[in-house]
Amino acid sequence: MKFTLSWLKDHLETDASLDDIVDRLNMIGLEVEEVTDRAARLAPFRIARVVAADQHPNADRLKVLKVDPGNGELLQIVCGAPNARAGLVGVLANPGDYVPGIDTTLSVGKIRDVESFGMMCSERELEISDEHTGIIDLPDDAPVGESYATWAGLDDPVIEIGLTPNRPDCTAVYGIARDLAAAGIGTLKERTHHQVAGRFPCPTKVSLDFGDTKSLCKAFGLRLVRGVKNGPSPKWMQERLIAIGLRPINTLVDITNYMTFDQGRPLHVFDAAKVTGDLVVRRGRAGESIDGLNGKTYDVDDSICVIADDHAVESLGGILGGEITGCTEATTDVLIESALWDEDGIAATGRKLGVNTDARYRFERGVDPDFMLPGLEMATQMVLDLCGGEASSIVQAGEVPDSAKIIDFPYAEVRRLAGIEAAVAEMTLALKSLGFWISGTGDTVKVAAPSWRPDIEGKADLVEEIVRILGLDRVPSTPLPRIGSVTSKVLTPGQIRRNRARRALAARGLNEAVTWSFIRKDQADHFGGGQPGLSLANPISTDMSDMRPSLLPGLLVAAQRNADRGFPDVALFEVGQVFAGDAPDDQTMTAAGVRRGTAAFDGAGRHWAGASGNVGVFDAKADTLAGLAAVGAPVDKLQVAKDAPAYFHPGRSGALKLGPKTTLAVFGEIHPRTLAELDIEGPVTAFEIYLDALPQPKAKTSRTKGKLQASDLMPVRRDFAFVVGDDVTADALLRAARGADKALISDVTLFDVYKGKGIAEDHKSLAIDVLLQPAKKTLTDEEIDAVGKKIVAAVEKATGGHLRG
Amino acid sequence: MSHLNTLETDLLSAIAGADTEAALEDIRVSALGKKGSISEQMKTLGKMTPDERKAMGPALNALKTTITDAIAARKAVLVEAALEARLHSESVDVTLPLRPSPAESGRIHPISQVIDELTAIFADMGFAIAEGPDIETDELNFTALNFPEGHPARDMHDTFFFNENEEGERLLLRTHTSPVQIRTMRTQEPPIRVIIPGRTYRCDSDQTHTPMFHQVEGLVIDNSSHFGHLKWILEEFCKAFFEVDDIKMRFRPSYFPFTEPSMEVDIQCDRSGGEVRIGQGEDWLEILGCGMVHPNVIRNCGLDPDEYQGFAWGMGIDRIAMLKYGMPDLRAFFDADIRWIQHYGFRPLDLPTLFGGLSS
Repeated sequence: MKFTLSWLKDHLETDASLDDIVDRLNMIGLEVEEVTDRAARLAPFRIARVVAADQHPNADRLKVLKVDPGNGELLQIVCGAPNARAGLVGVLANPGDYVPGIDTTLSVGKIRDVESFGMMCSERELEISDEHTGIIDLPDDAPVGESYATWAGLDDPVIEIGLTPNRPDCTAVYGIARDLAAAGIGTLKERTHHQVAGRFPCPTKVSLDFGDTKSLCKAFGLRLVRGVKNGPSPKWMQERLIAIGLRPINTLVDITNYMTFDQGRPLHVFDAAKVTGDLVVRRGRAGESIDGLNGKTYDVDDSICVIADDHAVESLGGILGGEITGCTEATTDVLIESALWDEDGIAATGRKLGVNTDARYRFERGVDPDFMLPGLEMATQMVLDLCGGEASSIVQAGEVPDSAKIIDFPYAEVRRLAGIEAAVAEMTLALKSLGFWISGTGDTVKVAAPSWRPDIEGKADLVEEIVRILGLDRVPSTPLPRIGSVTSKVLTPGQIRRNRARRALAARGLNEAVTWSFIRKDQADHFGGGQPGLSLANPISTDMSDMRPSLLPGLLVAAQRNADRGFPDVALFEVGQVFAGDAPDDQTMTAAGVRRGTAAFDGAGRHWAGASGNVGVFDAKADTLAGLAAVGAPVDKLQVAKDAPAYFHPGRSGALKLGPKTTLAVFGEIHPRTLAELDIEGPVTAFEIYLDALPQPKAKTSRTKGKLQASDLMPVRRDFAFVVGDDVTADALLRAARGADKALISDVTLFDVYKGKGIAEDHKSLAIDVLLQPAKKTLTDEEIDAVGKKIVAAVEKATGGHLRG
Repeated sequence: MSHLNTLETDLLSAIAGADTEAALEDIRVSALGKKGSISEQMKTLGKMTPDERKAMGPALNALKTTITDAIAARKAVLVEAALEARLHSESVDVTLPLRPSPAESGRIHPISQVIDELTAIFADMGFAIAEGPDIETDELNFTALNFPEGHPARDMHDTFFFNENEEGERLLLRTHTSPVQIRTMRTQEPPIRVIIPGRTYRCDSDQTHTPMFHQVEGLVIDNSSHFGHLKWILEEFCKAFFEVDDIKMRFRPSYFPFTEPSMEVDIQCDRSGGEVRIGQGEDWLEILGCGMVHPNVIRNCGLDPDEYQGFAWGMGIDRIAMLKYGMPDLRAFFDADIRWIQHYGFRPLDLPTLFGGLSS
């Protein structure tokens, strides 16, 4: 919403400065977005008269002017404008002046050997318009020597406010003035309602015809003014319309636009000569269309409210008038429409047809119903004043609805909700000055909202009005009472897990990324997603169409993006939500990471202490176990299974399980087919930890860590090497060895894997180091041998292998 | 006696000339060993007269001592020299650069760090962290929050919708974290103090808008909390978060469907230097919206707005991160450019706390 300062002062008697007005607008919720003060920039430029214009001696297209700046001391100025001539009154820029349109500060110059002491400006050079066919050509009576900006009315600052949708009353300069007056900036000049007596009955009838469907028009007022003389509107009106970005058309049209902004009352004018028969307000019909005043054609249907005559659809009711019945300078008889439209209908039609007009803006927010007829009278008077003619009486269809709303209002609500201590008198004054009616006395009164405030529903709205006008700075900053004394734990187990996983993974050199929750359909499909229920109906692009079933597609693509930028060795991770379905429980938290190229735990790339090789499955496994340990998973009890998802390399991947059914994590090198599918170059290794799959920890009854069991007796180490089939897993062998004597064996580590000479084909040698920890007495050789035999027997039984000879 | 002098001179000369411990040992054996030159001389003492013995005995003992000492002294020199030589040979170029440690090279994303900072501040004021799903119902995202039918935010231009499911329901991606307010109020007895950080989505894409972004929302519901408390919380939060001693704030009336009265909050800043400095200067910067929870919203959660009251506020996590840490472009938050993460990210062990400072 834009308006000028002088326009505001039409309605507001005030001595307040522009800065004060701007501050107060902000403080009452009418946020000032911009103040444009063109006068400041145009201050140097004055009106001057060209006294003589002679041909330049050295250039055909240039003239040498003698210009009177107002004091009679003629200046010599070289000028190339085709309209430069003796007697022209224009706008002068002197040496030293900054000319905005050419971004230049003038100096005395020589043009083709003739000195020039300034320039005569075009509108474009002053950034008033794009006009540049010649220099500014003012009327003969423009006062030479005076400020051009002042004379042209350009010294009127333009204020733009960003209106919140609840304030249709402030789509009018008058409404803004009322708010400012209530807030103590000056006095509102009450608008005068005077009825224009109808000299004759309105010959055009109007009816609302919605049959048994919902009416899209509440009321419709119409009157004819005949014998008008239409032409350009007065300079003051044009200046104001131009200042707020509108284009003056002709007086009748300009009056409707002026009423829209001045009073928040959009109107429409039909050229009565072009209207055939009576007007009907009804729903559109399939096949009908209208050529709008904006030059575009719109097809209508039965969701759209139109005004039609006997001939065709002539207007999109409350949004846009039609070209055919529009008023031109030839118009002599004009029908003026002032109507009340259904807000939702206006909004729906505007959206459907993609039309934004000043009328739509107001009607969809809600215009003052009680001003429908006074607005029509006011517009009629303006037409009579500016265009002459005589007015008919008003015909009306429908009824203006009763908007009165009575609210029981306890003044204590202001203290309860806002914490402000305010006297009843000032609260009452604030409401009354905004146009509210108050009846009753005592702690609770009855308050009626004015017809222009459809946003007022209940007590809380009245509190807002009072607080807004008294000022939010009256609200005392009040400490929130503490609950208890020492802050206790506030995070849920899930939140704690995510934080720990995040910090643990970052401490392993992985970099945290945040990637989009939605990914491309084919990527979602490939990673087990892509269900219809997780596809967006209106994605912003095809790259962001489906909710991600896994964090990996986003991370893999991000790793490749880094490679494409020249950083092939990256380690990325993300902790975030994935979607298995559209129910709240289907959204789970995972931590996932990728390492690309040589980005291993120890560092990437070549190094004097040893180059890092390509990343592999064990880099991912290490990340996985570190992440799981950080979130409290029993990593030494997990089983390593081989059934990782299909997007992993089947022979270089695994799943970590708690029991046969609960998969806590998967890891591995990415399947070459997946890499090709995502257009990614390997090597890439990845992991996913399903944070929500880990059972909730049991509540602890004690924080003690249990007694340390450290024997004073020396432990004993023994090595064993077994030859086993290639398909035997290290995990199986280690489990068998550990289980051979649980009391004595405290640790088993695998220290060698060998294939080759001396070992049968399809077999391998696995060597383990067994740590025996006696608890009560030192072991004898016999006891050690006995344990050794148990270990060999257990391993041979479990793996089918044998002790290496 | 002169032969002893000659022997002494020869031996001392040989000791001085020994350049390895082995050579020195050979000399020791040749002089002091069983058949060594001095030992052989000792053996002659028995055949001497008492007078001869009186003279030769001390002389031989003195010679033995001299040679023993000389060998020991020479040995010490050789050991020292050998150590020197070893140390020299073992020397390396200690300026050789090392690989950075993983804990130094990994980074935490600024969004996570800022959420941890928010958590530290609000936990101290007694707030818990509430969460909810990204995929929401129209009821929770709009209707329960008092958005009228036909509100522009409900439009396909602004909100991501899913296709209608079998129940004829059209789910959506939440446009704000406010549905979690409803979820919280419907499941938890007041008093309620929560902050709600999370991902939110709107159909929007330019330098300052991305289709996915992060919001944090606060909610207080009890029998007495009013706008003055909200003002205090936001003042305390801004000081703590931006780590400044004092900050001027400006509250402006505004409008949101789910609060009444509603306010927008500007904080004092200085834009003169090309970058925004919070807590100084004469400019204003809008950072959040807030208000008293609308009576209709309280009612929609099954509570009586005449008994329960409270307030809510919401702001962009990405936006306050940009303001505090100076990232110029929101889109880069979600691009995973390793250079950006390394530059704007945080070290994994820099956990924000109130006692140790939010940022280092």
